Amino acid sequence: MYGFGLIKGLGVTMKNMLLPSRMFTLHQYPNRKIGLLGLAKKAGTNVFSYTAKQPVMAAKAVVGLAEVEDREPLHGRFRGEEFTWYEDRCTGCASCAKLCPLGIIKIVTHPSGGDMEEGEKYAIDVFDIDIGRCMFCGLCVEACPYDAIHMGSGFEEGKYRRDELVVTVDRLRSAPKHPSNWFRPQLESKRYQPDGAQEAASGEVGRHEQPSLHDQEERWGKR
Amino acid sequence: MTIRTEPVTINLGPQHPSTHGVFRLRVTLDGEVVLDVEPVLGYLHRGSEKLAETRSYVQVVTLTDRLDYTASMSNNLAYVRAVEKLAGIEVPERAQYIRVISAELQRIASHLMATGFLLNDLGAFATPLMYCFRERERILDLFEMLCGARITLSYMRPGGVFQDAPEDFWPALGFFLKDMPGYIDDLEGLITDNEIVLARTRDVGTLSAEMAINDSITGPILRASSVQWDLRRADPYEVYDRLEFDIPIGSVGDNFDRYLVRIQEMRQSVRIVEQCIRDIPDGPIRADTEYFMRPPEGDAYAAVEGPKGELGFYLVSDGGIAPYRCKIRAPSFINLTSLRDMVVGWKMGDLITTFGSIDVVMGEVDR
Repeated sequence: MYGFGLIKGLGVTMKNMLLPSRMFTLHQYPNRKIGLLGLAKKAGTNVFSYTAKQPVMAAKAVVGLAEVEDREPLHGRFRGEEFTWYEDRCTGCASCAKLCPLGIIKIVTHPSGGDMEEGEKYAIDVFDIDIGRCMFCGLCVEACPYDAIHMGSGFEEGKYRRDELVVTVDRLRSAPKHPSNWFRPQLESKRYQPDGAQEAASGEVGRHEQPSLHDQEERWGKR
Repeated sequence: MTIRTEPVTINLGPQHPSTHGVFRLRVTLDGEVVLDVEPVLGYLHRGSEKLAETRSYVQVVTLTDRLDYTASMSNNLAYVRAVEKLAGIEVPERAQYIRVISAELQRIASHLMATGFLLNDLGAFATPLMYCFRERERILDLFEMLCGARITLSYMRPGGVFQDAPEDFWPALGFFLKDMPGYIDDLEGLITDNEIVLARTRDVGTLSAEMAINDSITGPILRASSVQWDLRRADPYEVYDRLEFDIPIGSVGDNFDRYLVRIQEMRQSVRIVEQCIRDIPDGPIRADTEYFMRPPEGDAYAAVEGPKGELGFYLVSDGGIAPYRCKIRAPSFINLTSLRDMVVGWKMGDLITTFGSIDVVMGEVDR
């Protein structure tokens, strides 16, 4: 019968409109409008006690002006934009700069005079990552033998000028440490959540303490 | 009195909403009837083949993500298989299973996009596309668990995959596979019996089997022209020889057959992934390879059945750390050459539909 296919299609539309499991979910970003019921639920109380406690917010919610910040949770392996770097783990070997496909990591070091036994540890003067050209492939993170550099967890690095997109060594030093789990199974096994409030300390992000001279010879010297 | 008429040549694109990217078609029209089409390529040329010559073998993986950006996994797979063939690397079995799972998920995602945009070109603006994107979104979420990115994945490495799947990946994949047949039923209920879609696509833009073989067409378009050719069966790579799946073929090779073949392939992909989950062994996921590997002198060609067709990489090594030459056999580019055979004699509106049914991605055509 002509027109039967159209009716069947409309049936699919109705099914998707009415069934809760099939419903399209739209996420307004970054702030989502919220009603009074949702606000009370978020605060962990019922509607009446919330209204008594926060009359202004409740009134706003009733007329549809209340907003709540609500982000989609990212998986821990998400390769975020800002890099997380641990200075005490870094030796300045520049493995990351060597494996970067675009060559956007710039490292300038000088001999620090310490740690002679385990290979010279260099002091870092410049550690610039131009994330304006970075494609977040994560190869620098894979290359790091000391687990000093990690991908970040954020994705909101919009800037007005290109030179603000260069992550300098000062910014790397001062940034909060929320490393991504990308190529870091030791963080994943601890169920570390990068977007949580908890920062990862330098001791727990490594696969091991600094590799010994024997380890280094085993891993790199024989190649 | 007679009115003199003459053919008109118009430009379709390069910034036309129906051209799937920056692509220009020089169309010669007699009224509504298409007399000739001439594709003008190169607007998205980035020189991927040349750039690959200046990068080491591991670094080139990141370039392959950007070829067919709706099917990055398949590109990764084709490239790393070429490197493994060149350097003689043995891949662990678990890695092969994970590769097959991710490549089949990517095939579902790519076919969903192809179907959605075909409907978009038919004039059903955005609503069926949103249905397709709902399912694709779940696949991208799975990829985010797997490799931390959604489009530019860079998941595979010569010798395996970069890291094992996280433990919360497997239940999420199970839920997705449980829901996916229902989603495909939804899509079929919307489209397959729809009289408007049938009137616009059935017997439009037909491509005969001989013509398809002569144009060296591969992928769903070849199978829609009732040629049963699938590299997964004809030249099995990874673990495809241990898996059961059917190769759907069409009957006449029109736009509707191409759509139907894609829908059936999605069902087969779900079947393949279910078998992989059942069979996957434990073990290492990456062979011990160097980051700056130096394969011996020689050349190697490896091809996989990508979502668009046979995707091949031809690598020549001179013993250095970078490929001497990297040739990409891009299926979209070669499938596009059949457009003229399909559309000459049809109306302008059918040109748009046929172009949508080929499912080209300009990142792969121009490379």
